Amino acid sequence: MTLLSPTRGRRATPSPAPTDAQESGQRRVLALVGVLAAWVVGWALLKGRQNLELAVSTQTDLHRWLLDVRDRVEAARTDNFFLDYVVGGVSSALDGGVEFLQQLFSQPAFPRPVPEIGWLGVVALAVFVAYALAGARIAVLVAVSMLAFGLLGYWEESIDLLIVTGVAVGICVLIGLPLGIWMSRSDRTTAVVTPVLDVMQTMPAFAYLAPLVLFFGIGPASAVVTTLIYALPPLVRISAHGLRSVSPTTLEATTSLGSTSRQLLAKVQLPMARRTVIVGLNQTTMAALSMATIAALIDGPGLGEPVVQALQSLDVGDASVSGLCIVIMAIMLDRATTTASDRASVAARTRENPRVRRAVLAVLGVLALVAVWLSRTYTRFAEFPEDPDLGQPLADAVNSFSGWVIDTFGGLTARFTDLISNGLLNPFESLLAESPWWLMAAVLVAIAYLLAGPRVLAPTVICLAIILGSGLWNDAMKTLAMTLVGTLLVMVLGVVVGVWMARSRTADAAIRPLLDALQTLPPFVYLIPAIALFGPTRFMAIMAAVLYAAPVAIKIVTDGVRAVSPTTVEAAQAAGSSSWQTITKVQLPMARSALVLAANQGLLFVLSMVVIGALVGGGALGFLVINGFAQGEAFGKGLAAGVAITALGVMLDRITVHTAARHGRA
Amino acid sequence: MARVGRPGQAIVAVCAVAGLALAGCGSGDIEQTDTSASGGEDCGEFNMAINPWVGYEASAYVVGQLAANELGCDVEYKELKEEIAWQGFGTGEVDVVIENWGHEDLKKKYIEQQATAVEVGPNGNIGIIGWYVPPWLDEEYPEVLDWQNLNDYADEFETSESNGKGQLLDGDPTFVTNDEALVENLDLDFEVVYAGSEAALIQTFRQAEENQDWVIGYFYEPQWFLNEVDLQKVSLPKYTPGCDSDPEEVACDYPKYILDKIASTEFMESGSPAATLVENFEWTNDDQNTVATYIAVDDMEPEDAAEKWIEDNPDKVAAWMP
Repeated sequence: MTLLSPTRGRRATPSPAPTDAQESGQRRVLALVGVLAAWVVGWALLKGRQNLELAVSTQTDLHRWLLDVRDRVEAARTDNFFLDYVVGGVSSALDGGVEFLQQLFSQPAFPRPVPEIGWLGVVALAVFVAYALAGARIAVLVAVSMLAFGLLGYWEESIDLLIVTGVAVGICVLIGLPLGIWMSRSDRTTAVVTPVLDVMQTMPAFAYLAPLVLFFGIGPASAVVTTLIYALPPLVRISAHGLRSVSPTTLEATTSLGSTSRQLLAKVQLPMARRTVIVGLNQTTMAALSMATIAALIDGPGLGEPVVQALQSLDVGDASVSGLCIVIMAIMLDRATTTASDRASVAARTRENPRVRRAVLAVLGVLALVAVWLSRTYTRFAEFPEDPDLGQPLADAVNSFSGWVIDTFGGLTARFTDLISNGLLNPFESLLAESPWWLMAAVLVAIAYLLAGPRVLAPTVICLAIILGSGLWNDAMKTLAMTLVGTLLVMVLGVVVGVWMARSRTADAAIRPLLDALQTLPPFVYLIPAIALFGPTRFMAIMAAVLYAAPVAIKIVTDGVRAVSPTTVEAAQAAGSSSWQTITKVQLPMARSALVLAANQGLLFVLSMVVIGALVGGGALGFLVINGFAQGEAFGKGLAAGVAITALGVMLDRITVHTAARHGRA
Repeated sequence: MARVGRPGQAIVAVCAVAGLALAGCGSGDIEQTDTSASGGEDCGEFNMAINPWVGYEASAYVVGQLAANELGCDVEYKELKEEIAWQGFGTGEVDVVIENWGHEDLKKKYIEQQATAVEVGPNGNIGIIGWYVPPWLDEEYPEVLDWQNLNDYADEFETSESNGKGQLLDGDPTFVTNDEALVENLDLDFEVVYAGSEAALIQTFRQAEENQDWVIGYFYEPQWFLNEVDLQKVSLPKYTPGCDSDPEEVACDYPKYILDKIASTEFMESGSPAATLVENFEWTNDDQNTVATYIAVDDMEPEDAAEKWIEDNPDKVAAWMP
């Protein structure tokens, strides 16, 4: 399965040839040790001074100014031309579009008590489209998935989610494809757009929820725009990459035959890059789905609503069942988009008979029409039957299981939490957050330089300046401490499980589906039982982030270790290396670039969970973002916190990407 | 490559068009079947905000189900945090907030300045905010219930999150709270730690009672969870009117909140029968706790829970109907 989460800022730059690598490496390690020693000494002497701590209720001028801007925008909403007509127009067009589709497929089209097309018709149409675009197996998958939504008791919500995702992805294609084409043709555009895409992916969704609501109001429009912001970048990046990597020889050949640039694009580049573009579409769809739960907070229709609602009554069972529907939908869309991209080549290879295909299509089409008619005529084909209900027994089973886990492991985990918090997290946080800000800034710049070279100096300094300017330095350092501890745990898990999976096909087959599920399951779902185990603590928030980030890291490490040439491994074994020696001396060092990449992705994924983690005791920047979303008076501070998280993310990304480029080549 | 795709695409297009056409001409016997209204055919849309705690849900669904089943309204429930819901009054996304806790700042902004919302009077519930401990603490250390003794036990309440002091657990940042100022002004050796949500608070209290852990935290009534675990309220210096006027200097208990209903101006003036229902709606803390318990403990869908209560209490309901 290819449920890779959205690729974030992953642009390996070619590494300079390692000259005197050994010697300069040693010098760098010495310098690093020196910096760390100076840091600890400085911390011990100056602890708690000039660390820019700011109480939760205190606001800076910047925060108040942002709040004031919000109030003014809100007041101007009705009499400002731009806000009223342009933004208002977009907003009502989106609302109207989603509502139209809902009345067509999922929600009662008042005064009809049911939608225009009932469940039977929707399933039949979906199967028909799936067969047409992706073939028989996907058609079966789609049928089973759609029926599962209904049998689990979430028919309407599932179709709503499909609609919102569909509209958002549709707009992504309209904006993203032309942008990707433009980027593939102009380096300057690439240079301008790339940082914007970085910010879009690093900025926590909670941070832009409040401003979006300000402009688009609560409801489907805001939900679509939120989803759009988060889901657009992968499509743009991947399609630009795909178009750029169309072989230059082919292009030259076509140009020399006299093709215009437009013909070149339509007849050569786009068809040749089709597969890559669809990979981008696949990533974009997955990203859009993962925004579902968050969009529910601003009244976005879909499966997020039951998840959020179940959390209020602590109903792990219901939350899991609606979460399961999201997972099923993710698998369905993932498989459908991937297969659609492979379709043409597969058809050619298997010599599928086009006449048979056309006949099946025609039959399915007629069946779909009949189903639509039936679903408009008879109530039982219009409203999904409540019996049999698979959702309730499943929810009950999950509830009793999570009760058992809590009863059995409750005491143990509390001690573990204390151990990690007091032994690792608290000292580390103190080191980062209680050092004077100037010392901390100097240390970060020095470490960045030593790890990644002079190219990261400018971005690091700029990001640190932004964090300082946000007035939330101390909170940012606390968040950084949590992020680093989380990433450390992710890497431990990533290496241990990744190596295991790479060496054993059985382990791989058993673990991979679990990883896929973890990547698509909304984090809210496993947060609640976890609170019972770990209490509302920072450690709990870190655990949630680790669960979210580990699958990516594990997959990357697995691929990296597996890519180490078998001959090398055999040679090592023949020379008498034990398994342990083979792993530590051969496989891991040779998979070094995969390890650094895993660390990069791990960091960014952990950071992206900072805000969600704050719902269960994570504190610091994440808490401020939620606070700003929830409490009007804290809007400005929340927005500043969102910007600080973004700056932190961009900085960490730059440092790891350049470190990878420098040391990553095995 | 392209040849395989083409006929398929054509057929898809033809069928899609045909499907839509067929959907348009729609025959059938389920056209406008049941809008089983008892005289209120002009009710139209009714958007009820659902703020994030179960007690609220109970009130909202009782009113909502009455509007849907008895008045024939097209009811939509919208899960929204308090602030966000208020913003919806102006845009028509939200018609009613059925349980409002104070929020003087929001009243000033949306009722006085923007005039998009109006007060519709108390809903009968009395809101209590305070610090609570699990019942086992009350039995074994009853002196904990007096704030003046809290410092003696600060060590016991310490956790990995509380910076060497006792931990006072707060909930969702949206909730009305003076706790940081209180700790400061009452010279308590405690640190406020935010659990993040009602769910996290409840889960922590539940565990604390089961494992006899030391926990003290922010909590409130009406609240279904008190039917499951009978948390005990810690006494704070008595509330006198005006003692909480300066948020930084507060050193007294929270007032009793008279919870009230807020609705969009447009909705109240629309003449919808649902507006009259909202105006008449008033019930007690016990009523709300009953429905909330159905939802949270008995695991009923909120719609079913509300309908069960409506069936059991025809007299109360009759008094609200237009």
